[in-house]
Amino acid sequence: MPLLEIKNLHVEIDGKKILNGLDLVVNKGEVQAIMGPNGSGKSTLAHVLAGKAEYEVTEGEVLLEGENVLEMQPDERAAKGVFLAFQYPIEIPGVATMTFLRTALNAQRKKRGEAELTTPEFMKRVREGAAKLSINQDMLRRGVNVGFSGGEKKRNEILQMALLEPRLAVLDETDSGLDIDALKIVADGVNRLRSPERGFVVITHYQRLLDYIVPDIVHVLSKGRIVKTGGKELAHELEASGYAQFQEAAVAAE
Amino acid sequence: MAELTLMKNAAEQQLAAEWQAAKGKLPGAAPMRAAAFERFSAVGLPHRRIEEWKYTDLRALMRDAKPLAIPPDAAAKARAKDAGALLADIDSRRLVFVDGAFAPELSDLAKLETGLTIRPMAQALAQNDALAGRHLGKVFATDDVAVALNTAFMGDGIVIHVAAGAAIERPIHLVFAATGDTPGALFTRSLVVVEKGARVMLVESHEGAAGRDYQVNTALELAVADNAHVDHIKITREGEKALHISSLMADVGAHARFNTFLFTTGGAVTRNQLFLRFAGEETLASIRGATLLKGKQHADTTMVVNHASVGGRSREVFKSVLDDQSRGIFQGKIIVEPGAQKTDAKMGSHTLMLSEEAEADNKPELEIYADDVQCGHGATAGDLDEDLLFYLRARGIPQAEAEALLVQAFVGEAIEGIEHAGLREALSEEVAAWLKAR
Repeated sequence: MPLLEIKNLHVEIDGKKILNGLDLVVNKGEVQAIMGPNGSGKSTLAHVLAGKAEYEVTEGEVLLEGENVLEMQPDERAAKGVFLAFQYPIEIPGVATMTFLRTALNAQRKKRGEAELTTPEFMKRVREGAAKLSINQDMLRRGVNVGFSGGEKKRNEILQMALLEPRLAVLDETDSGLDIDALKIVADGVNRLRSPERGFVVITHYQRLLDYIVPDIVHVLSKGRIVKTGGKELAHELEASGYAQFQEAAVAAE
Repeated sequence: MAELTLMKNAAEQQLAAEWQAAKGKLPGAAPMRAAAFERFSAVGLPHRRIEEWKYTDLRALMRDAKPLAIPPDAAAKARAKDAGALLADIDSRRLVFVDGAFAPELSDLAKLETGLTIRPMAQALAQNDALAGRHLGKVFATDDVAVALNTAFMGDGIVIHVAAGAAIERPIHLVFAATGDTPGALFTRSLVVVEKGARVMLVESHEGAAGRDYQVNTALELAVADNAHVDHIKITREGEKALHISSLMADVGAHARFNTFLFTTGGAVTRNQLFLRFAGEETLASIRGATLLKGKQHADTTMVVNHASVGGRSREVFKSVLDDQSRGIFQGKIIVEPGAQKTDAKMGSHTLMLSEEAEADNKPELEIYADDVQCGHGATAGDLDEDLLFYLRARGIPQAEAEALLVQAFVGEAIEGIEHAGLREALSEEVAAWLKAR
């Protein structure tokens, strides 16, 4: 059974059609990249998978190992192992990063019927995870993402992913706003989490990220559907030729 | 003016009858009481056409006036034993008032620190205490009717004197508990005089039995001399049917520090009035509060901050969380007197609406008569941010827990300003408990 199966997904927001019959199958152990121009529906796909309420699914199915995800609340999806690394991680003043991480981790464990982590065990995991991502103790004490640079916010997303150990990780433009050093730290963080039990959907506009997180499959999304699928070399092709050809192809197919 | 006089309503008539019956028995200060009752008599209960009471129409809210509470019996005192338990983990000197009367057997008057003098207000009034004579009713001149009623009927309370230079480390906790069986009106009045360079921390907590119909009118006068440092925290957790009116009047001297925090979760109707005057130069004041309401609760914080001298700095931050059909009111007026140059005052009132049926009223006012000052105010009211909620939920945190985290963060911004770590924690826990009970 595939880890993620999206069948004929149609999504609207405020009456505007964004996804128009998207199909996608991701198996455990795979990293699949979704590339596409601005406005092609990449971020919509990411948010629909995580369960953002404003997006209305008008048709289609999203199955996580056979289970219908669309009927679940965002927190239920998270507990089932869906993780979205946000393109714009939000600042939450007054909620310390530590408190947030602990609340999230324990809420998921509770939902899965697992025991809450003891304080020392939790602290150990956070410290280890943070060190690998060059996140210092001061950042952990601050409000979630408050005063973090763009790169620090993205690293914090990866730290959350490492602690929450999802089955399916969706990375929404994780490379945006990162310089090359930050990009490497983030990519290394993602690569450490690659495992035969876990699948990734890496959404990006640019091929650059895919030099560091090397995908198994690359898809091109245009006008709300996948218009081309290939190997990792497709990303380089796109870098050279741009998206214009696919936008025309998508228009022609309508 | 005669044609504008309203018909006396039931509560006003009952107060007049109560006055006739009680005036001969109330302890001391007879002329002062009579003048105060005269003031009440002339204008009646405040109503919505009195600007300061615009959102809390006491005439409409007070269907009746309860008789003066009867002195507590042994059973009432026994029930008050655990009052103030919210602060049980904090080492403090507890002074307990049961149904408005000082209860020495529940209070801690042992080993008073050098420079600290404490006596019950009823005794001070009856014996014409010199300190009370010098300050009572004179700390902040106001013709507010709630204060006048308190002055007319004041029964007991506390008189505290902190001598010049004395640093009283142990917080003083005034525990006000309403526990009697019969509905009653409690008029407590306290006076705290902090002399030059002295330091003290005062905590007042007000609570009462749920289901019991009672009315509280409490007042505290605080005279803070030059270079003194006073921390004041008031926790209002009255029973669900209670009407609670409180007036804090403070006069703060030069180079003094004054911090106050008002925490309100209880009572059917709560009115917290603050009348603060920074009489000396370079005072530093923090005036904060957090109010959490649900059901049909109504709470009003009305404040006048008067900067009367050069270089005063004040920060006012009030946070309200309104659920169900509750109503939260904030009226804040900052006055900068002529000559009070270099005053720096910033006031913010922020409301989080957890329900579409809740109502928030915000009225900030600045009256500035000096030209070299920095004053500002900001008022906001809004729902919980959907994007923040989504972020938390996308990490697996259920809706209720996510809301609780955000509410705690919102209120926390005000609570963080409390210097005493134990109190900060106790109030944070109280917020958590409030959220859990939602």
